[in-house]
Amino acid sequence: MDFHLSKEHEMLRKMYREFAQNEVKPLAEEVDETERFPQETVEKLGKLGMMGIYFPKEYGGAGADVLAYAMAVEELSKVCGTTGVIVSAHTSLCCAPIFENGTEEQKQKYLPKLCSGEWIGAFGLTEPGAGTDAQGQQTTAVKNENGDWVLNGSKIFITNAGFAHVFVIIAITGMTTDKRGRKKKEISAFIVERTDPGFSVGKHEKKMGIRGSSTCELIMEDCVIPADRLLGKQGNGFKIAMKTLDGGRIGIASQALGLGEGAVEEAIAYTKERVQFGKRLSQFQNTQFQLADMHTRMQAAQFLVYSAAMKKQNHEPYSMDAAMAKLFAAEAASDVTRRAVQLFGGYGYTREYPVERMMRDAKITEIYEGTSEVQRMVISSHLGVK
Amino acid sequence: MKAIVCVKQVPDTSGKVAVKEDGTMDRASMATITNPDDMNAIEAALKLKDETGCEVTVVSMGPPPAEGMLRELLAMGADKAVLVSGREFGGSDTYATSQILAAAIKKIGVDDETIIFCGRQAIDGDTAQVGPQIAEKLGLPQVTYVADIKAEEKSLTVQRMLEDGYMTIRVQLPCLLTCIKELNQPRYMSVSGIVDCFSKPYEIFDFNTLKDDPLIDLDTIGLKGSPTNVYKSFSPPVKGAGMMLEGADKDTCDKLVALLDEKHII
Repeated sequence: MDFHLSKEHEMLRKMYREFAQNEVKPLAEEVDETERFPQETVEKLGKLGMMGIYFPKEYGGAGADVLAYAMAVEELSKVCGTTGVIVSAHTSLCCAPIFENGTEEQKQKYLPKLCSGEWIGAFGLTEPGAGTDAQGQQTTAVKNENGDWVLNGSKIFITNAGFAHVFVIIAITGMTTDKRGRKKKEISAFIVERTDPGFSVGKHEKKMGIRGSSTCELIMEDCVIPADRLLGKQGNGFKIAMKTLDGGRIGIASQALGLGEGAVEEAIAYTKERVQFGKRLSQFQNTQFQLADMHTRMQAAQFLVYSAAMKKQNHEPYSMDAAMAKLFAAEAASDVTRRAVQLFGGYGYTREYPVERMMRDAKITEIYEGTSEVQRMVISSHLGVK
Repeated sequence: MKAIVCVKQVPDTSGKVAVKEDGTMDRASMATITNPDDMNAIEAALKLKDETGCEVTVVSMGPPPAEGMLRELLAMGADKAVLVSGREFGGSDTYATSQILAAAIKKIGVDDETIIFCGRQAIDGDTAQVGPQIAEKLGLPQVTYVADIKAEEKSLTVQRMLEDGYMTIRVQLPCLLTCIKELNQPRYMSVSGIVDCFSKPYEIFDFNTLKDDPLIDLDTIGLKGSPTNVYKSFSPPVKGAGMMLEGADKDTCDKLVALLDEKHII
């Protein structure tokens, strides 16, 4: 067992860090304050290959691996949680299901533009009545007389929605009977383009954190798409969605990891400067112990996240690993960012310093792409605890 | 066209500076970076590659760990890297270094359309001598302090930055340019560049590779042969805080003049 990063990964980390420090960090405060989607950053990310890190070069990807992708989301999230989730949702929730389930034509059509950042991707599963309970879908897709699919329904809380060009949409395509004879919804996945007739983006959500990320409702009213937009086999949509979320959890775990690590870095720098009672805060044992605990938690999170990423890369089963990584990293990030605010004291509560933003950003990592409770369900079911 | 870029790995001056007993720097124990002006040189070469599709070769003289820096330059988009490395070369001054690098560049190959890009000067030695000396050894025209480059057929029009203005110079190829930070903004490595950089051509020229080149005078290379010797290296003492005088009146001016006079500045 070797816990050392390869030279390639070390070099990638250096590049991500330089980019995050120079191009992303200076915008983070303004992006949060004004709820602005940092479009210019996406263009730069695309040019550097960061919008398609682990996809093969033949599809316009950068040809690196899943660990390289996790590290990118981590480094971006250290300075800006919004930018981290833009890359995560785009890569894990749109590029990945198309790459893993798409026909050759679909891959050739969508991946090069997605990987270059020319197009942004999003994923539509959640509905007003179907969040954690993904089986509760209401959106329907019905074949019309021309063989086209007609979609009706709405999706909510869709990351990147306001700026995305391509959406992977989950919808009901009929009823089916399972092995035990129970009636179940037949669920399928589709690729929908922003310009498709009957498709529109609805209300933009005002959020507690990741405020620059565009979170909107999607509305499909007799939205007609050609037959060749079915992604994977008809009836495989639920499986595709769950597999997509497994991968997505590595992205969100990386975002949480970055947020927590970013808060530790900020807290170390601040407590070395701030003087109270004639001593630097870093000289107080409470500060030392707090930071030791915070760093230890994030280091443990990093091992879980990197291990899940490597398992996905090596095509080993990683569903439980991704769930554990996300559960642990998200809860660690929430705890560590909250403690960072405490170490900053009154200043930490103001928007003059980034830790309150990190604390607001961290909370969502315990909720989206499967709440911490869902992760516990996934983990316990892998343990056979029923 | 063809571009050859000379680069140097230098100590990161934001970190600690370590000095060996012989007065030279202990490079192995210091964090290193690519010399900042050399980053402008590589960017200039890569821009030329973007425009013309020319091949870009980076060359550096230094110890084996300089491979890390060269791989980063390959990840930015350079096509080939050459590390000139040998114990016999260690401790060379600018006179010695330029002989060795000139021989290395000759071996890489200088044709009628070659441009050699160097940084203006390195942040460790600050001599700005190696680039011009390489040009002299190779018998090539050189332009120093280059702040703008326009490529034409078999020639370049460059702006040479002076203290109080620019010189616009047309120079025939092949030639050598030394670049300054005003020239461009160096690009980042790209993800695919990093993935590819470990499989790009990487060669080491050691003493035996270059020793027979007539450009090298074996008596004047390395620490012993170098005509100049470093007497002592040290970190400069930290400057004290400056003094600020506020006010636009005559009294303040008198006070200022008195203080400057006291310190024998005027």
